[in-house]
Amino acid sequence: MTIDVAMTVNGKAVSGKVEARTLLVQFLREHLGMTGTHVGCDTSQCGACVVHVDGKSVKSCTILAVQLEGSNVLTIEGLAESAEKLHPMQEAFREHHALQCGFCTPGMVMSAIDMVKRHDYQLDEKTVRHELEGNLCRCTGYHNIVKAILAAAPAMKSAGV
Amino acid sequence: MYDFAYHHPKTLAEALAALKDKPEARPVSGGMTLIPTLKMRLSKPSDLVDLNGIKELTGIKVEGNGVTIGGMTRHADVASSADVKKTIPALAQLAALIGDPAVRNRGTIGGSVANADPAADYPAAVVALDATITTTEGKHKADDFFKGLFETALKDGELITAVSFPKPEKAGYEKFRNPASRYAMVGVFVAKTAGGVRVAVTGAGPSVFRVKAMEDALSKNFSSDAIKDIKIPADGLNSDIHGSAEYRAHLVTVMARRAVDQANK
Amino acid sequence: MTAATGIGARALRTEDKRFLTGTGRYVDDLPLARATYAYFLRSPHAHAKIKSIDTAAAKAMPGVVEIFTGKDTADAKVGGLICGWVVKDKHGQPHKAPPHPVMALDTVRYVGDTVAMVVANSVGAARDAAEAIEVDYEVLPANVDLARAFDKGVPEVHPEAPGNLIYDWEIGVKADADAAFAKAAHVTKLDIVNNRLIPNAMEPRAAAADYDKGTGNYTLWSTSQNPHVLRLILSAFVLGIPEHKLRVIAPDVGGGFGSKIFCYNEETMVTWAASRVGRPIKWTAERSESFLTDAHGRDHVTHAELALDKDGKFLALKVDTIANMGAYLSTFSTAVPTYLYATLLAGQYTTPVIYANVRAAVTHTAPVDAYRGAGRPEATFVIESIVSKAAAEMKIDPAELRRRNFIPAEAFPYQTPVALQYDSGNYPPIIDEAIAIADYKGFEARRAEAKARGKLRGIGFSSYIEACGLGPSRVIGQLGGGVGQWESAQIKFNPTGNVQVLTGAHSHGQSHETTFAQIVSDKLGVPIETVEVVHGDTATTPFGMGSYGSRSLAVGGSAIMKAADKIIAKGKKIAAHLMEADVADVVFEQGTFKVAGTDKAVPLGATVFAAYVPHNYPLEELEPGMDENAFYDPSNFVYPSGTQICEVEIDPETGVTEIVSFTAVDDFGNIVNPMIVEGQVHGGIVQGVGQALHEAAVYDKQTGQLVSGSYMDYRMPRAEDVPSFKLANKVTPCPHNPLGVKGCGEAGAIAAPAAVMNAVRDALGPVGVQHIEMPATPMSVWQAINGGK
Repeated sequence: MTIDVAMTVNGKAVSGKVEARTLLVQFLREHLGMTGTHVGCDTSQCGACVVHVDGKSVKSCTILAVQLEGSNVLTIEGLAESAEKLHPMQEAFREHHALQCGFCTPGMVMSAIDMVKRHDYQLDEKTVRHELEGNLCRCTGYHNIVKAILAAAPAMKSAGV
Repeated sequence: MYDFAYHHPKTLAEALAALKDKPEARPVSGGMTLIPTLKMRLSKPSDLVDLNGIKELTGIKVEGNGVTIGGMTRHADVASSADVKKTIPALAQLAALIGDPAVRNRGTIGGSVANADPAADYPAAVVALDATITTTEGKHKADDFFKGLFETALKDGELITAVSFPKPEKAGYEKFRNPASRYAMVGVFVAKTAGGVRVAVTGAGPSVFRVKAMEDALSKNFSSDAIKDIKIPADGLNSDIHGSAEYRAHLVTVMARRAVDQANK
Repeated sequence: MTAATGIGARALRTEDKRFLTGTGRYVDDLPLARATYAYFLRSPHAHAKIKSIDTAAAKAMPGVVEIFTGKDTADAKVGGLICGWVVKDKHGQPHKAPPHPVMALDTVRYVGDTVAMVVANSVGAARDAAEAIEVDYEVLPANVDLARAFDKGVPEVHPEAPGNLIYDWEIGVKADADAAFAKAAHVTKLDIVNNRLIPNAMEPRAAAADYDKGTGNYTLWSTSQNPHVLRLILSAFVLGIPEHKLRVIAPDVGGGFGSKIFCYNEETMVTWAASRVGRPIKWTAERSESFLTDAHGRDHVTHAELALDKDGKFLALKVDTIANMGAYLSTFSTAVPTYLYATLLAGQYTTPVIYANVRAAVTHTAPVDAYRGAGRPEATFVIESIVSKAAAEMKIDPAELRRRNFIPAEAFPYQTPVALQYDSGNYPPIIDEAIAIADYKGFEARRAEAKARGKLRGIGFSSYIEACGLGPSRVIGQLGGGVGQWESAQIKFNPTGNVQVLTGAHSHGQSHETTFAQIVSDKLGVPIETVEVVHGDTATTPFGMGSYGSRSLAVGGSAIMKAADKIIAKGKKIAAHLMEADVADVVFEQGTFKVAGTDKAVPLGATVFAAYVPHNYPLEELEPGMDENAFYDPSNFVYPSGTQICEVEIDPETGVTEIVSFTAVDDFGNIVNPMIVEGQVHGGIVQGVGQALHEAAVYDKQTGQLVSGSYMDYRMPRAEDVPSFKLANKVTPCPHNPLGVKGCGEAGAIAAPAAVMNAVRDALGPVGVQHIEMPATPMSVWQAINGGK
């Protein structure tokens, strides 16, 4: 079954004709050519595909594109204000070497931003480690990801994002 | 996954109409179990009827002596609800232990209860708190609802609209996660209710079950010491590479004790 | 160069921006016009005869372009996949080499073995069609239990490997070891399993290929750690496409850990089929396919014995290991449990006599090959487990027993009894620092405090050595390796003064774009922003061996240093001409050529410009251009070393082990970028922790089904499983490479399993637990405490 779907992705209206079985991540990657969101597993556990839907973190591999008619989707490509000005979470990941191969990074960053906001910019190491329960990284041993998120929380607050 | 026809009803009536006379149609709520199942091609529904647009199915209400949670209410909303935290804090804690943050943003109580995964968390709360499951066909008592592995009293086309949890005197939930999947390998919900103490175990067996011996002991003395020597038989419990039946049986006692301590906090 | 970006600086990574903004380009991200998609039908059985394959119905499905089976590849004379390392057994005979067809012919040998390839207009259509292929199998009994693989009556995997034996190999002289054991005051015995792991780079393997009819050129995009080696294997052994007609591109690659070194059948098949289909073909593994078909790691069963004198001096070590190869010999599989394992069994110690016997078995499981550390984690686990066990038995402090046996600093270069000559090292200060950081002195008080809370606390040491930086080509060749192990570099100045550094190494997380630029910036005095590191494309980079075995900096970085020397040498001649000075008087300092003792100076940029616009240039003696190539073949391996101390707390009620503290002190020689080195250590430690406590590839011993076939059952380490790590460094520079560097990529994973397990054993010893295997999962710890329930 082919269905027309329209939504907002990173502030821009997009639409497409998709098979009903099309996942959001397939819509982003294959229909919109936005390949920043990654697929790392097929059991909804690795978190590489996390995006924000209407402000909340969602695994884009576990939701159908057609379910998002009229929704507002934010992906890793839409985070930075400009090529020069990264989001404070992106900056913190760079500053603290919180990424190596970069594959889990988009989902990790999107989850981290969601985490900071849900905790009202107040986080400690234990909370961050626990909150990363839905994101796997094989390179960093998490050490620097935790550092980056702890550093980003106050930076996001002062930047008002 | 196989393709299917997609329906996006705005009302419960539309949803029921979309499901009617289609034996292979499936409702989808949060989709956190169904969509991975479809991706693995383990299920081939003709139609998917998406319940996410049905406003009347969401929300948390404190009414009478308890909390009623709409079937399409997300785990994250239950976990963060001030009403739930105030009325039945153990229920909010349970919701916060399901999956991970992104899963909790999508998964729903109705979907979890209807799916009756042997390792799901909610069934333990439903049974221990003697909740009432309201559906499009009527009401189900918790004790009569879960029938076995992925089996419930729901008929085809019957949708959960709400789950009502009476406020217990005290309650606690402790979960031992499957180390890999993070589902409950053993989850024990203990509640001291008006009707007595109820102890419900999820993850350990093919379906949620109560532990009468613990309920009796806790009725006399609601302390973890009262059940520390109660061992449940391993026969019939689940066994896999993460937990033998014996280990699960052992964990039931440990988690039950910790749940009682939690309840007494 | 500037302190912020030169050698030793914590320079931030240049590659980060694209990864952080979603603009990295991994294989699956490539837009390919007119692309088709491949889906591979896999064997559901561990061992079966294929009686027939019927693709007729599948071929008629919508969107299907073509379907290939093993018969098609055999008819087209596609070569088999190769094992590139010939190990000679104890009788001097080469290892048994059963064929490894790219798709199964008449027999499937593991769950996941490839049966057919469907090419269709979409992944969904390809998968739909694959389900319509009818395969008639005659299911046969499988050989899955490694410890029983050589037993009589166990089904044979290949007729070419009677009794499932690939080789029976040894190092050392058994009689010498027996003689030393006869004199021992104490003998410690150990039976251990090194658990099988699944690498799980977060990017699943992927391949895409295109064939240009007009030129006859093939392009393969692959998630490869070593695109040139992949091309060489495909060209010379498998597909016969001449190397100059096959371009292999490994773009951004999302982690490898060894699993992306090897030449796999899927990348072979998409390349081969691209010309037949006439359209590009793309394949990306689903995670469940990765579980089934990526080369797995480790998987040893070992018995070891350590002989000690009355003072705890090691007299001899005997090791007997069975190593699992899986169903087919993967690219480097045979070398892993021999030359990368048994040659490391001296560890940091003066053990004078070592004998090791390694028998490699084939089983009906996925191929096993190098995984982060490759052989060295297995060796370290044997040594450091048996040393700690000996310490406990002889009631000697485990740190003290290690110290008594360390190779003294003045003994380097040190010839071990197992072939390697350690070039440098100084072990005592490392363990001393680790002990100080970990507050070892305070441990017993912490143990008592934990006990009061009902918890079992333990502490464990692991003092590792590794040989990495593969390697001297001559030695590799003597040991049976099929390729050279040098690395290449090209430093190519553009006329305007910016620089491209082309390397044969490949970065899939290691940060070469930053560290290699730091080297060039430092050495040539050019701003780091003007240095671009190029890698991963056989069409643009010089032939190189790729990245594995912690070799990129020690070998690839050294090649860059050599190329930079050539740039300086040429620049000197140009500068001498421009300054009208004798070249012998020209010196190069911080990016500028100067004539010693004068104020004459020419910046490097001016010599570059002169080289490209040679209007005033010694054309009669010197070629124009500033573009230098270098190949570097190391004279020895490099030998990083270190000590890790892990402290755990176990909840005896649930069996859950919590890592409460983890210290790692390493000697990686000189360090180019401490930030990146720390990151490598963190990641390595967590992979080691994963092996020790969480991860296990579990096959059903009867059916050969992979029970741990997804993240639902394969327990990956998560952020919550580990604390923040305490790291420190000691430096003994490598004496034989120009950077003085060793290697840091594998150290964490090599040392950590023993550190964690020694801590677990230390915690469980007081409650009577004699033995526990990896992974020490909650259930297995609980069972151990409760007598094996």
